[in-house]
Parts: sequence; C-alpha cells; structure tokens
Amino acid sequence: MSTQDTQATQNLTLVQSVRDALGTEMERDEDVLVMGQDVGKNGGVFRATEGLYDEFGGDRVVDTPLAESGIIGTAVGMAAMGLKPVPEIQFSGFMYPGFDQIVSHMSRLRTRSRGRFTLPMVLRAPYGGGIRAPEHHSESKEAFYAHEAGLKVVIPSTPYDTKGLLISAMRDPDPVVFLEPKLIYRAFRGDVPEEDYEVPIGEAAVRREGSDVSVFTYGAMTRPSLEAAEELAEDGVDAEVVDLRTVSPMDRKAIVESFKKTGRACVVHEAPKTGGLAGEITAILQEEALLYQEAPVQRVTGYDVPYPLYAMEDYYMPNAARVAEGITEAVEF
Amino acid sequence: MSTLERDPREGKVQVLDEDGGVVGDVPDLDDDELVEMYRNMKLARHFDTRAVSLQRQGRMGTYPPLSGQEGAQVGSAMALAEDDWMVPSYREHAAAVVRGLGLTKTLRYWMGDESGNQVPEDANIFTVAVPIASQIPHATGMAWADKLQNDGETDAGFLCYFGDGATSEGDFHEGLNFAGVFDTPNVFFCNNNQWAISVPRERQTASETLAQKAVAYGFEGVRVDGMDPLAVYKVTSEALEKAKSPDEGERRPTLVEAVQYRYGAHTTADDPSVYREDEEVERWKAKDPIPRLEKFLRNQGVLDDERVGAIEESVEEEVAAAIEEAESSARPDPGLMFENVYEEMPPALVEQAEEFAAVREKYGDEAFLEE
Repeated sequence: MSTQDTQATQNLTLVQSVRDALGTEMERDEDVLVMGQDVGKNGGVFRATEGLYDEFGGDRVVDTPLAESGIIGTAVGMAAMGLKPVPEIQFSGFMYPGFDQIVSHMSRLRTRSRGRFTLPMVLRAPYGGGIRAPEHHSESKEAFYAHEAGLKVVIPSTPYDTKGLLISAMRDPDPVVFLEPKLIYRAFRGDVPEEDYEVPIGEAAVRREGSDVSVFTYGAMTRPSLEAAEELAEDGVDAEVVDLRTVSPMDRKAIVESFKKTGRACVVHEAPKTGGLAGEITAILQEEALLYQEAPVQRVTGYDVPYPLYAMEDYYMPNAARVAEGITEAVEF
Repeated sequence: MSTLERDPREGKVQVLDEDGGVVGDVPDLDDDELVEMYRNMKLARHFDTRAVSLQRQGRMGTYPPLSGQEGAQVGSAMALAEDDWMVPSYREHAAAVVRGLGLTKTLRYWMGDESGNQVPEDANIFTVAVPIASQIPHATGMAWADKLQNDGETDAGFLCYFGDGATSEGDFHEGLNFAGVFDTPNVFFCNNNQWAISVPRERQTASETLAQKAVAYGFEGVRVDGMDPLAVYKVTSEALEKAKSPDEGERRPTLVEAVQYRYGAHTTADDPSVYREDEEVERWKAKDPIPRLEKFLRNQGVLDDERVGAIEESVEEEVAAAIEEAESSARPDPGLMFENVYEEMPPALVEQAEEFAAVREKYGDEAFLEE
C-alpha cells in the first residue's frame, strides 16, 4: 500500500504526526527550533524528530547535553529572546529535574515581568504507560502541570489532532506542555492533511454522541472509553464520549453541556485517583450542573500507587472492562 | 597575555590596593566615567542603608542588602555596552541602576508590587530570579538565541550574576556546560561574598577557587578582587569583548569569580551574628571599595572635598526622591493579578476575576486589607 507524495492527505501514526507538525511549522517559521537529548541525528528515541536534523541542520534540531533543567532553562532564555524552542524530554518521568524551571520560570515569566518577557515555547514529552517500559518511563502526572497557572497543557488522542494541536501550541504566545500518549504513538493510523492547520487549544471534541451517560477522558484512555461505549451500546446504553484534548484550560462548557444532556458521568484517566483531574471535572459538574445530576460521578483511574513495573501494568491501567464497569455504575444508580 | 588567561588558582586580579594605590593597569575610563563609577557606588551604599531601615520600620518587606558588593556590581555593570544584557539574581540593585532600572522600581518590587519587576523596554535587563542559580540556564539560552539569530556572529554579551552558593546547584553546572558546548557569548559573574546565608564558601565546594570550575566546562575562569571596582571593570570588559568577538580558536564564555564580602545579612530576615565573627566583618571592611576608589580619584586630582560633598548631597536627594515616589505610588489594582498570566485570559480565569471583582465590590477593600 503506497500513497503518493502529492496527495493532500497522509495516513499517519500519532508519532509521525508529531514529526509532521514539527517539520511543517519549522518550514513555515524560522524561529521554531527543536532541542533535547537524541533529537538530532538519532531522530528521537521514539522517532518523533526523525529526518528533521537532515532537513533543518544542527542549529535548529539541536542535540543538547543530557540535562533536563539545562534543556528547559536554556529554552526559557531562548524563548524570552524571541525564538520558539520546542524542547523534548525523552519521557515525562524525567521532567522532574527540570520541574523547578517549569514551575518557577516557564509558567510565570509573563506575570513576573508584567508582559515584558513572554515564552512562546512548547515542552514536549511522551507520557503514560502501557508499553512495557522500565521504571520511571510510564508516569502520568498531567495534574502537576494543569495545577500550575501560566501553563497550557495539551494531550492529543488522534493523529489529526496531534498535528493541529502541536501547530497551535507552537503558534501560541504562552508556554505549552504537550504530553504525548506513547501507548498510542503507533497503535493506529489516521488521515492527516499535508498542509498546516490548527486545532484550537482549550476545546474538547465529542468522539461519540450519546444520551445516557457522559464519559470524559483524554489521551490514550479515549480508545478504551470508546470501546466500552460500543460494547454497552449492544446492551442499550448510549454513552457519549468527550475527549478533552486540552486539560488546562479545560473546556468547562463542553463538559457541562454534555452532562446536562445525560445527567450521568464517568471520568477516565490513567493518572492516580487522588488529586487527579477526574476530581476537577467532578467539581466542575458540582458547581455548574448539580441539579442535572442523576447519579454519583464515577472515577475510573489509575490507583494511588507508584506506577508498577510492567508485569502488573495491565491491572493498573484502566481498560474497556473497567470503563464499562464505571459507566454501568453511573447508569444503574 | 590577557588577564583572562591566568591560571584561575592564582591570585586575584587587582588594579587598586586596599589603600587606593595603583598596582595594576588602570582601565581606559575618562574622568567623568570614573566619577560616575564612584557616584554609583555611593548611591548604592546609601540606598542600601535606607532600604534596610525602611524594612526595619515596616515600610518595606524582606530586602537583600548589598553593602560591600558595590565595587563588583557597579564595576561589572559599567562594562556592559548598550546592547549587552544583564541577567541578575535578586541582589543586583546597584548593577540594575547602572543599566537604567530606576531605584523606585527596585523599591516597589521589595514592597511587594510586581510592577517593580517590569523592566522598561529600552533596558536590557532580565527579571529578578529568586530560586538560586535558576537564571544561569536562562542567560545561556538568551546568549545562544542571540548567536543563532545572528548567524553565529553576535553583537551582544550576556552577563549573568549569581552568588557562591549558586555554584553548588545543578543549574550552575547545566548552564555553564551548555555555554561551553554551544560556545555562547556569556560572562558568568559569581559574586563570591563568602557566605550563602550561614553556610561558608568552604562548605559549598572543595575546589580551591570557584573560578577554576570553568576549566571543567572548557573555557576560562578568572578571579578578581571584587572590592576593586577598576579591576572588576577591566576583567568584565575583557570577558565581554571576548564573548562578542573571540580570537581564532578562543572560547566565548568566561567565569568570573569576584571575591568580596557582604557586610550585612543575607536578607533582612537573617541575623549573621549567629554564624560569623565581628572580627571577620571588620577585616573585610578594611577592603571597602568606596574609600579605595575615592582615594585613587583624590590622588588623581579628580575628586576633592567639595566634589565629594556635592555627590553625597545629590545621592541623598536621589534616594529620598525614589523612596517618596515608591511610597506614594498607588497600591496596585488587585485585578492585575489575573492579567499577564496568559496573553488571553482563559474563560475559567475570567470567571475567577469577575467573582473576585464582585466580592470586592460587595465587601469593600477594608474587608481584604490588613491595617
């Protein structure tokens, strides 16, 4: 099966779509540059920057020393000077050495300088579990970054959205943390236009319309959520699946609208339950749609344990069965 | 041989001895510039004394004093050309004045108003950074960006300040390492004031000097008498020159260790009598940069009693005017808290801002503000 280069649409995996977004925007905007450990000649450990080094050279696709605080901190300085750096951290579990730069500087330079300095940078990292990775390679800590004012936090779930959201992130005047669900980096393909386009940050997408219950999710958990919805449809349960796409700022309007229609909700994420974003979504529903509520909001999440080594991860990660159980709880209350 | 090429374990570069006598090559500054240097140092000392006093009177929040460090700050900042950048820590009030940030701004910042950190568009000063060493990678990134934006040629040097404690942090290593690898136009200026709050320099590192750490990053390190403003000016000028136009095969970055002393506390929340001896403070006060430069300028016939008196008077007036202006500034509008977080306020934040405005309207400011 081959597609011609001249076709306007390509059939890409999610990680190829990351690469496509970077290349497309780097072509259009000379200020964009990619930096990190292994992103250059090697094309990134997940091949997210493959070929960019040959195309744009070592000044725009920069292999840096292995130093997360150095990578993020120098990107802060570069962005303050008007470049648009896109630093990659190999795994989100390695972002912590750079956490000080993220929360002390990246998120607040605009505020601190009253707008004199701004940071049009995008911090990319693969996140989440399910790929049989070693310890510290499967974390799902989006709540840390969503909790930090001044950042935007984007998590795509389809190849089409990945390209459009990443391009939007690179054009955004504010710093964006772009978390890529590596479980679905290569799990499926989707149609992705060759030209540049934007998918707006801060807007959720309804992946499946339904009237009985709303499933709110994002990233890799969108698929088991849809799978569970299809399974339950055979039993006559009509679930709506809402993919948030951006977890900060969250699309409260879309969340509330869907819930007002169904009156029941199940929130699904692979991050631990305590302090996770499911709690935030539940609170939004309490604040804005209490009288529509027909059942307690169900939370289907990872457990409050450090992410387990891979022999156990299938039990840790929410799957279609657990989502179906959550939906059923909400529907049968 | 350039001063910068000395072995960083050798003695400190000096131009003036502790009595203001000339022991090195006097840098090329005309009389007006020398008097400006002297005046800036006097201004900084008086400002510092007044700022500590304001804090003690409850008219200002916690403040980090700089007395003792005027020579290092003023000497280095005066070496900057207009297009160069300074990346401060949180103690560079004197250097900031030299670069065009009014004293009022510094006062407003320490009085808790973010607008004090809003640098005017025409002043190449980065914002104050409080977490230790965290500004060092920023300075490297800024210099790196400038190099990339100018096809490898740069027209600006980037002078980054930090203290001796910062050299223990990962960000110091990462920032200097990147600078070495990418050969960026940086001057890393360590204000070695001997103490990181209560922890002495000897407890920060087993290195003989801080300057020698540069060797590990592949560029030059130099020790300078940080209480000798002329030596500091000279070393910083040479380092900035090298950053902007290195000779064939020469590396751009330099680590300067300016050996000096902080006379007062780390901040007004700190009491140094707990951890250091008065005798030590007195010993360092004998090296005070201000009388040193004054003696030199008197010997040169540039300063006399009358001129010194006039400078003192004008400095006092300038500081008093800045305090008056800072204290009479209106309290910042609390609505500003919500602005400048993002370029465009997200809907949830708009709601919070509206909620806040409504509750403030209903209960009035007296319900929020402490007496």
